[in-house]
Parts: sequence; C-alpha cells; structure tokens
Amino acid sequence: MLKIENLHVTVGESEIIKGLSLEVPAGEVHAVMGPNGSGKSTLAYAVAGRSGYEVTKGDITLNSKALNEMSPDERAAAGLFLSFQSPMEIPGVAVMNFIRTALNAQRKQRGEKEISAAEFLRFARAKAKVVGLSDTKLKRPFNVGFSGGEKKRMEMLQMAIMAPAFAIMDETDSGLDIDALKMVGDVVNDLRAPENGGASRGFLVITHYQRLLDHIKPDRIHVLADGRIVKSGGPELAAELETHGYDQFAGEAA
Amino acid sequence: MTDVKQGIAKETVETAKALETYKYGFSTDIESVKAPKGLNEDIIRYISAKKEEPQWMLDWRLEAFQRWQTMSEPRWAHLTYPEIDYQDAYYYAEPKSGAKYASIDDVPEEILQDFEKLGIPLREAEVLLGVKGAAASAAEARTNPDPNSTPNGEKPKVAVDAVFDSVSVATTFQAELKKAGVIFMSISEAIREHPELVKKYLGSVVPVSDNFFATLNSAVFSDGTFVYVPAGVRCPMELSTYFRINEANTGQFERTLIIAEKGSYVSYLEGCTAPMRDENQLHAAVVELVILEGAEIKYSTVQNWYPGDKDGVGGIYNFVTKRADCREKNAKVSWTQVETGSAVTWKYPSCILRGDNSVGEFYSIAITNNHQQADTGTKMIHLGKNTKSRIISKGISAGKSDQTYRGLVSIHRKADGARNFTQCDSLLIGGDCGAHTVPYVETKNPSAILEHEATTSKLSEEQLFYCQQRGLGEEEAVALLVNGFCRDVLQELPMEFAVEAQKLVQVSLEGSVG
Repeated sequence: MLKIENLHVTVGESEIIKGLSLEVPAGEVHAVMGPNGSGKSTLAYAVAGRSGYEVTKGDITLNSKALNEMSPDERAAAGLFLSFQSPMEIPGVAVMNFIRTALNAQRKQRGEKEISAAEFLRFARAKAKVVGLSDTKLKRPFNVGFSGGEKKRMEMLQMAIMAPAFAIMDETDSGLDIDALKMVGDVVNDLRAPENGGASRGFLVITHYQRLLDHIKPDRIHVLADGRIVKSGGPELAAELETHGYDQFAGEAA
Repeated sequence: MTDVKQGIAKETVETAKALETYKYGFSTDIESVKAPKGLNEDIIRYISAKKEEPQWMLDWRLEAFQRWQTMSEPRWAHLTYPEIDYQDAYYYAEPKSGAKYASIDDVPEEILQDFEKLGIPLREAEVLLGVKGAAASAAEARTNPDPNSTPNGEKPKVAVDAVFDSVSVATTFQAELKKAGVIFMSISEAIREHPELVKKYLGSVVPVSDNFFATLNSAVFSDGTFVYVPAGVRCPMELSTYFRINEANTGQFERTLIIAEKGSYVSYLEGCTAPMRDENQLHAAVVELVILEGAEIKYSTVQNWYPGDKDGVGGIYNFVTKRADCREKNAKVSWTQVETGSAVTWKYPSCILRGDNSVGEFYSIAITNNHQQADTGTKMIHLGKNTKSRIISKGISAGKSDQTYRGLVSIHRKADGARNFTQCDSLLIGGDCGAHTVPYVETKNPSAILEHEATTSKLSEEQLFYCQQRGLGEEEAVALLVNGFCRDVLQELPMEFAVEAQKLVQVSLEGSVG
C-alpha cells in the first residue's frame, strides 16, 4: 500500500503541499479531485521523486519501503508508475525499444532476469491491441508526432506492460473521447483483476471529472484544496462535487 | 590458441577492474625503439632509413619539411590550447621487436591482449585469434537489427591491419583479398612494393603544402594504411585499422591512402583508443581518398583518443586532414564519424566533387564532455555538374566543453545543377558548455539548390525525468536520449561500429548530469 504522512512539498520558493496524509491500501483505487492549482500534479511528482519538488517534511512509503531517499528510477523499480499528464516525446528511439529498455532496467534493478526481445514483442503487441495502438505506431519514434489521445494510450500501454505495484494516473482522462475513456477503464480493471495480481495493486487516480470514475470505480475519493486533503468520502462524493463544484472548500483551504 | 584466449579473458577481467576514470587508459609494456627527441632533417632521414624507403620518398619528406619550416600553425579555429613545442616530442617509435609479422602466430601475446583490452576491436581480436569469420558479409550483418546476432550466428568478416605505435604488426585475410586483387597493407610496405601507385596518388588529394599539420605529416609520417581496389571489384570484406598511441610524447603521424578504381567499392573502418597520459600528445593524421568513375568509398571512424581527465589535464591534440577526391563522374564518398575523444579536435573531412554526378556525404556525431574542445565539420567543394552533397552533423556538448561545427559548401561556376542539404543539430547538456555553428556557403552558379537546417536544444529535465520514472538510471537515460538524438548518423555506421558507438556515447557522457 501507499502511505503518505504529513507531506510538505516546496517548489522553488513556495510550499505547494502543506501537510498531506493519505493511505491507499493494496487492492484499492482512490481518486484525488480538486480545483486547478490545488497541488494534484505536485503530489504526483513528489511521490515519483522529480527533482525540484522538494519534500521538506513527511514520509512516503510503498509497501513498507521508504521512498523519500530513492531516485526516480529506484522508485520505478520498487513498483511505482506515473501516468503523465503531458507525456514526453523521445526522438530517435522506437516505441518498443524504449519500453523494453525501461522494463529491463527495472527488472535488472530488482535482480530479475531481462526479458528477451522476442518474448517482449509478443507480450507488448497483445497489450497494444487493448489500448488501440497499431503496429505501425509501435515502430515509430516514441510519441513523436502522436496526438494527445495517442500519447495517453501510450501511457496506458506502458502501465499495462509494466504492471506496477502502484500507479498514479495524473489526469489520464483529459483530452480523451468516450471510447478512449473506456479503454483506460479496461486497462485499469484488467490490472485490478484478482487473477492478474489485482489484490496487491493500488491506484491513485487524479482527475477533475466524474466521467472517468464511471469506468474505474474508486473505493475512496479525496478532495485536495490548497495542498491539503479537505474532504474524503465514498464514491458518492464524486457526484456531489460534480453538482456543487469546489467552491464549498474555498473557505476551508484559506 | 585456446590458452592464449583464456589468458586474455583473465587479463581482460583484471584490466576492467583496474580501470576507472578512462576505460581504455592503460599502456602495454613493450620496449620501444624511438628516434631522439626533436625534429630536423636527420630525424626525417632516420625515419626514412628505418622504413627502408627509396630515395624518392626521402626527397618527398625532406621537401615537405622545408615547406613546413616556412609555415605557421593555423589559429582561426575556436580552440584554446597551450603553445606546442614541436622540438620537445619524439617523431618515431616502434615496438622493440621491430619486425613485421608474417603470420598471426608470431604476434606477441601482449599485443593480442592489448587488442582485447581495447574493447572496440574485440571481434577483430577474435578474428586474429583464429575465430573463423563466416560467409556472412558485414553488409548482411548491417541489415540485421539485433546487434547480438548476425545471420546464422556467424561473425561478419573484417580484415584488420593493426598499427601498434608506428609499425604495422598484423594483417589478416591477405589471401582472400589477394584473390580479389585488393591491396591492403601498411603504407611503408606499399612504398616498397607498389611504388608506382604510391608515387601516382600520394599527395594528389592533400598536397604536401596543403596546411601546417598536413605538411608536418608529410615530412614525418610514421605509418598508416594503403588500400587499392582494382576496377570493378567490390571489396569482399570491410577493412579495418586500429591506431594506438602507446609511447609517451610520441606524436602519431598516420598516413592513409585509399584508391578506388572505376566501378569498385570499399568500406573502411577506422577506430582508436589511447592510453592515459599526462603529457599532451600530438596527433596529425592525413587521409587521402581517390575515387574514380562510378566507384564508392565508405569511410567510418570511431575516434576515442584520451580526452584528458575531468579537470582537463592531458589528452590528445588531434589535428587531422581528411579529404576525398571524387575525381571522375558518378563517384561517391561517404564519411561517417563518431568523435568522442581527444582534448582538442581539429578536423574537417572534405569532399571534392570534381566528376559530374558525383556524390559526397558527411555524417558526424561529436561529443565533448568535461574540458574537451572540438572544432569540426566538413567541406563540400562542388566542381562538376549535378553534384550532390549531404551533411548531417550532430553535436553534443556536456560539462565545460566547447564545440564548433564549421562547414563550407562551395559551388563553383561550372557546377550546374549542384545540390546540397545541410542539417546541423546541437544538444547541450548542462549550463556550462558551448555549441557554435559556422556554416560558410559560397556559390558562383545560380542553378545551385542549397538547403540548411539547424537546431540547438537542451537536454530537457522533463524528458530525463520521464525516462527515469520508467526505470532508467540517470546516465542510462542520458545515453538513451543522446543516442536517439544521433540516430540519423548512427544508422549510417556499419553494424560492427554502431554497437560500439552507442556504448561509447554512454561512456563519454558519464558524469555529465547530476
């Protein structure tokens, strides 16, 4: 499980996360919702260990392993995956080559055997079908010239292949049409299935809208405002937010 | 042979453990015979005598020396280095045994081990050790995307002419080359055995008085490679020479001459590493390529001379003159280089497109880190009609290094329909390095079509983080991003070199971030 205790994060001169605590037990999906600028992406980056997102106080642990002192790649090897809001392009590196290199780097760090090119290709092609990426796309340089939607599909492809112990999905739904939202739901639900080790896997889904949560049923919903969790509740909270907006938390945040 | 192999494996492991900062920083303990320090006519006579050269060759050298004394070192490049004292260097050294080895069994084990330690010519060392090269040609191997296997699991054929310090010590595959009529030998040997060819072509592309460093080379060149591919012959294997500087303060003055007769083809690989030294080592090589009607030469280089330590102490000064002459119609030359080494690099492989429809290509990756400086590029001289040239240059600067792309595209009056495409991309890693692009264009013919594209970018923290989040270590991530940036050039390299080059990229950029 992912456990965050009294987290404070500073970016540049300003404190963005101001004492945030959160627990996502294994097998559960939690959603984080909140207005723009409330610190949702900062939370995601701080947990993933991006430089410039300085944790000044608090602890982050994943399955009892302390993440605070780990480099981003060590966190990845420990099973943490971040689906980026704006995925990067990597010119000159083919999609399959990139994912396989990354996967093998993780496996190597965990002391596991590297996966062969042939084995990887079989496995990855099957996953690519699920996320709706064609073979031609897989041969292209990573994300170069891909549409926003295709880049999100690429994030889901990597999540499906890496089958992480814990995934943070940072606004994966933004810019996606209804079919693509369903695909995201399929990938998450497949990873949640007990036969795929779903019982030990957790998700933190960052989103503005309820529509993604129609496809991924969250166990808990947290409202983030001004760097703190101001309200937590069951799935019904999403509908309430959709109706009343975040204004009700403005006072609490100030 | 098996014993030798095992011995080498053990030695290699020990060496790998012992080496830290510079992977190839070692020197082989073979006593050298060297000429006294300094440069004068007597030294040149000594070199010429050592090589048992005919009188005409000695005269040629002496004339070059006289010219050289009237010349001064060029200072227009964007490079800073202390004054070179040309009298404070040795101009000739040879391993003490001094002999040419008729067969591979005669090559001292030490030298073979040295090959192994170099890492780069590993496969060639296997060839030298008697691992039978198979029918798979290097060309086939190039088309195979998986670097770990070649068709049928066999090794591509590569013939090696090793230049150990100044004397060629081993030449393989001579028999098969001989059958094809290809001459592949040291230039000293060629001077003795094929004087008519050497006399005809030596200095015909890079004249004796071309420039300060080329003239110096003409006076004192120690050894190098000679290749002659007869008309209509497609050289049956890739030819490869490895240079090593192994003697402190010994300048390396290699001389390479390749002649491709009508309708012939040859692919030549050149790569080098040098032992770690504190003294600056001067290297002034000259490479001349002569390409006749319809012939093609593909010349690939991986340059990994000792770059100096991270504080900029030591390292090779590399002043190279490389030029190809597409002397007749439909000739083609392609230079591909991966420059990662040397403290100072001054190098502009050029193409003279004299024959109508001739084609010149220049693909370059230059990586500088720490305090390295490189001023490198190419010259495309369009003289004939419908001549075409293509320049793809990828420069990567890291640390406190400084790099300049300097290129000339010159379209002469009679070069109707000439075309050039130039693309210069620079990638900066960190905030203390520099990248400069100096493209000169001269055109005297209005029908010329010239295109130039240039970009400068910084390795982005976002990209780096993205790769790390997916599991790549910081240095692996840099290597991956840089290799991606260089892809267009890397894919021009023969497969044998491409794999090495990718590893070199990673080694060269170690410690460049964080």
